[in-house]
Amino acid sequence: MAEEVKLLKTWSSAFGLRVVWALKLKGIPYEAIDEDLSNKSALLLQYNPVHKKIPVLVHNGNPISESLVILEYIDETWKQNPILPQDPLQRARERFWAKFNDEKLLPSVWGAFTKEGKDREEAMAATMENLKFVEEELKGKKFFSGEKIGLVDLVFGWLANLISIFEAVTGFNIVGEGYPLLSAWMQEFSELPVIKDTWPPRDKMIIKYQALYDKYHPAK
Amino acid sequence: MAGKQKHTRTKNQLKMGEVKVLGSWSSPYGLRVQWALGLKSVEYEYIDEDLLNKSQMLLKYNPVHKKIPVLVHNGKPSAESAVILEYIEETWPQPHPLLPKDPYERAMVRFWINFLDNKDKVAPFITFFIGVGEEHKKAVNEAKELLKLYEEQVLGEKKYFGGEEIGMLDLAMGWMAYFGVIEEIVDVKILDAETFPRLHAWIQNFRAHPVIKNNLPDHDRLLQNYTEKRQRFLPYSPHTENA
Repeated sequence: MAEEVKLLKTWSSAFGLRVVWALKLKGIPYEAIDEDLSNKSALLLQYNPVHKKIPVLVHNGNPISESLVILEYIDETWKQNPILPQDPLQRARERFWAKFNDEKLLPSVWGAFTKEGKDREEAMAATMENLKFVEEELKGKKFFSGEKIGLVDLVFGWLANLISIFEAVTGFNIVGEGYPLLSAWMQEFSELPVIKDTWPPRDKMIIKYQALYDKYHPAK
Repeated sequence: MAGKQKHTRTKNQLKMGEVKVLGSWSSPYGLRVQWALGLKSVEYEYIDEDLLNKSQMLLKYNPVHKKIPVLVHNGKPSAESAVILEYIEETWPQPHPLLPKDPYERAMVRFWINFLDNKDKVAPFITFFIGVGEEHKKAVNEAKELLKLYEEQVLGEKKYFGGEEIGMLDLAMGWMAYFGVIEEIVDVKILDAETFPRLHAWIQNFRAHPVIKNNLPDHDRLLQNYTEKRQRFLPYSPHTENA
């Protein structure tokens, strides 16, 4: 049966990028459809009526939403180059850290980027604490998943690109000397062949995040 | 259910080892884990946590979140109820599988568990419990919309969310099984048999299953405990002027 794989994403979304990486890692051909979220296509609304968000993977006409759900589906459907290990305890660890990123780390960094005053201080403190856990998790390992990248690396992958953009826009140092393992990982991850040429254009990203920053911190 | 208890059923002979569950008597997240182990006949030791006075064991086994539930299998901890359920399914696939075989159907189960656990989807039910005035009215409407979605799109014509047998999504929806106590305390009914006949039937079937029946929080204890909780959180007493 001919496989048909489509991926609805945007040019800049880190969540979409995770799925791109997974498909590339497994050598799965797919059609990328970049959405304009200010003008959502009929296709997106049809394929993700519940959330109306990207990414959406469409496999032989069947849509799947939520990036972590998509990654599990990809790993179960295409067995080559597994993203998750075999051992149930290791799988549980990877799923735990994936949730940690989406539910704790990402919101704390976003809070540090968008909030002001005391709220920002709290978000920065939460970010520092969250990053400490991440740093700890890298002890004795080259990648979060060991010798090769896996689910957790794909999920934390946004750090390797977006942190430097946040730092450029805000002037704050987020991942610095306090996180040597994380800094090293960010370098190694970015240089992998499957990751290297996939980052969204840096200049476009700076413009986008500068505009967002200005929106959240209007000049008084 | 304070202290330690041994739950002995037909032993799951394959790689049972030593299994502990750190939970809290009224938490639906902890109960999901207990139900899953019960359905698979896995013997475990239950340890009830006082969440206002967390044990050293909990802090050791879940240093990142310091929350229940935690499953400890042969000394190795796993946290986050959705993650634990997947671990249980993978470690003890039989009896009573909790996920379908087909990857697409599995994705649908994971999608809905992710959906209903999202804090924005839990919030209306919390506000229903402790909110007042306009905020409460809004929560009632949002809660009803969510229940409608669960009834029509997720459960549909099926007996259980998992089909003919209880599955992972049923366990995640298990909070509905004792939502009636909340409605009793608030004195407002939203999950009624007339508006949500399928959910109502599901609750009866779910509660009747022997594993579930033997692992539900005590009604009177819930009533007392949650009434006290609500008093603590309510911003106004009935005799205070509206803000």
